[in-house]
Amino acid sequence: MSLEQIIFYLFSTILIFSSLMVIISRNPIFSALFLILSFVTCSCLWMLAEAEFLAITLVLVYVGAVMVLFMFVVMMLNIQESVSKEKFIKYLPVGLLVSVSIFVEMWLVLKSKNLVNEVAVSPIRHDANYSNTKELGEVLYTQYMFQFELASVILLVAIISAIALTLRKRKNVKFQDPVKQIHVKKADRVRVVAMKSEKL
Amino acid sequence: MIDAFLSVWNIVPESLQWLILTMLKIVAIVAPLMLSVAYLTFAERKIIGYIQVRTGPNRVGPKGWLQPIADAVKLIFKEIVIPNGANKFLFIIGPILAIAPALAAWAVIPFNEYWILADVNAGLLYVLALTSVGVYGVIIAGWASNSQYAFLGAMRTAAQIISYEIAMGFALVGVLVASGSLNLREIVLAQEGGVLHWFWLPLFPLFVIYFISGVAETNRAPFDVSEGESEIVAGFHVEYSGMAFAIFFLAEYANMILIAALTAIMFCGGWLSPFSGVPVIGEPSLFWLLAKISFFLFLFLWFRATFPRYRYDQIMRLGWKVFIPITIVWILVVGLAVVYQLPWWFD
Repeated sequence: MSLEQIIFYLFSTILIFSSLMVIISRNPIFSALFLILSFVTCSCLWMLAEAEFLAITLVLVYVGAVMVLFMFVVMMLNIQESVSKEKFIKYLPVGLLVSVSIFVEMWLVLKSKNLVNEVAVSPIRHDANYSNTKELGEVLYTQYMFQFELASVILLVAIISAIALTLRKRKNVKFQDPVKQIHVKKADRVRVVAMKSEKL
Repeated sequence: MIDAFLSVWNIVPESLQWLILTMLKIVAIVAPLMLSVAYLTFAERKIIGYIQVRTGPNRVGPKGWLQPIADAVKLIFKEIVIPNGANKFLFIIGPILAIAPALAAWAVIPFNEYWILADVNAGLLYVLALTSVGVYGVIIAGWASNSQYAFLGAMRTAAQIISYEIAMGFALVGVLVASGSLNLREIVLAQEGGVLHWFWLPLFPLFVIYFISGVAETNRAPFDVSEGESEIVAGFHVEYSGMAFAIFFLAEYANMILIAALTAIMFCGGWLSPFSGVPVIGEPSLFWLLAKISFFLFLFLWFRATFPRYRYDQIMRLGWKVFIPITIVWILVVGLAVVYQLPWWFD
């Protein structure tokens, strides 16, 4: 077994273990931490497949941003462990439906003709100077322009709807307007009063 | 002597040779880094002392020069207290997660044209990814401590770092557009030709925003609400003592040096000399990089001595409503300048 294979099997074992732990572990904080671990190992596997850009972006976006917010929410909610145990049975049918459909989808992809050993071409090894990022960018902005823009529009809609859902006008907020604060003059706030000294 | 060493060296298999050499290179980066962290704490206390008309530490060793060693010895011999009800595993892993990314990011930093541990194509992305992972140390430490103060500190940090990372990322996009590369070495080489050719001038708003976001990202004053002594004691590391606390300290200072180094590399020409073309002082050299890093580190200390701490809503306003719009507009400007080949920088 080559070094590459050893690394591959090591990381895939960690990946499978941590993804299992995401659903098994009782404490939601640990679930979130295991999800982070699985993202990181997944990125290592992608790195092994010479997809540096995607691997680093996975860490940057999911580990660096999405999961931080996730942890934020999970920590704030402080979910009781016993409650999540009861809900396990309640959500079991939905979970089964989702997992079966994912399984079927994966099976359809894996049995397709393009992935049969004789047809599939093994990826070409590139030297260290090969820039994967540039290639990806070129394809993304020419061949897949439409899909790319479609995805960004969908994300924009999601952003706007999230803001619309959470936006609420509150009355009696003691909000300070920074522009007004900067323009405050001494004369607006301080009044010098001339008076005689008082005696007790 | 050297012959004997070479004959032994040649027996070692090639892959092992490579491993040993890489390890030595890592030591050659990390050891001076740790030493600079120790003396940065000393410099901080001295400089802030002089700014506030005090003398700073001057008792240990000549003029106080052994103070950081004394501090380190004290911290090493202190007991690490693990609070009751804390999650022991996460409590210990917190400081480790804080320092690991701070050190790992140094792998792609070029010290001059040939001295780079890993000359990666996606160096800029790698640095950005690692600095964003550093927040987990703080979050996990804050949660695992089982203390309200620590938890509040962790929450503040999480929100703050997420907000400033966006502005930071956009500033890096500007650098990427201007230099046409994600490789840190090529970014420096794209700035060749004296102080006016460096990116700080065409990317001035991004330069300022990147550095300020860097200060916010390292939780330094005036953005240090995650420690906010007057409100939440010491924030996420209230419960930490001894070496566990010292590691958070090391991570914070290593991150400061990293941000200073990145600012020097991306906006101030890295190892390039400001007097390009002039004999002797115009030569590119490691010393220029070190001088630039020292200058930015001085700014960090200067900020701390000068500015009062931001209020939390002001921090959020600055990040989201001021920095992000400015960076987006300036990326557009830089893009146009590159497309129309603005003379002097992009021709």
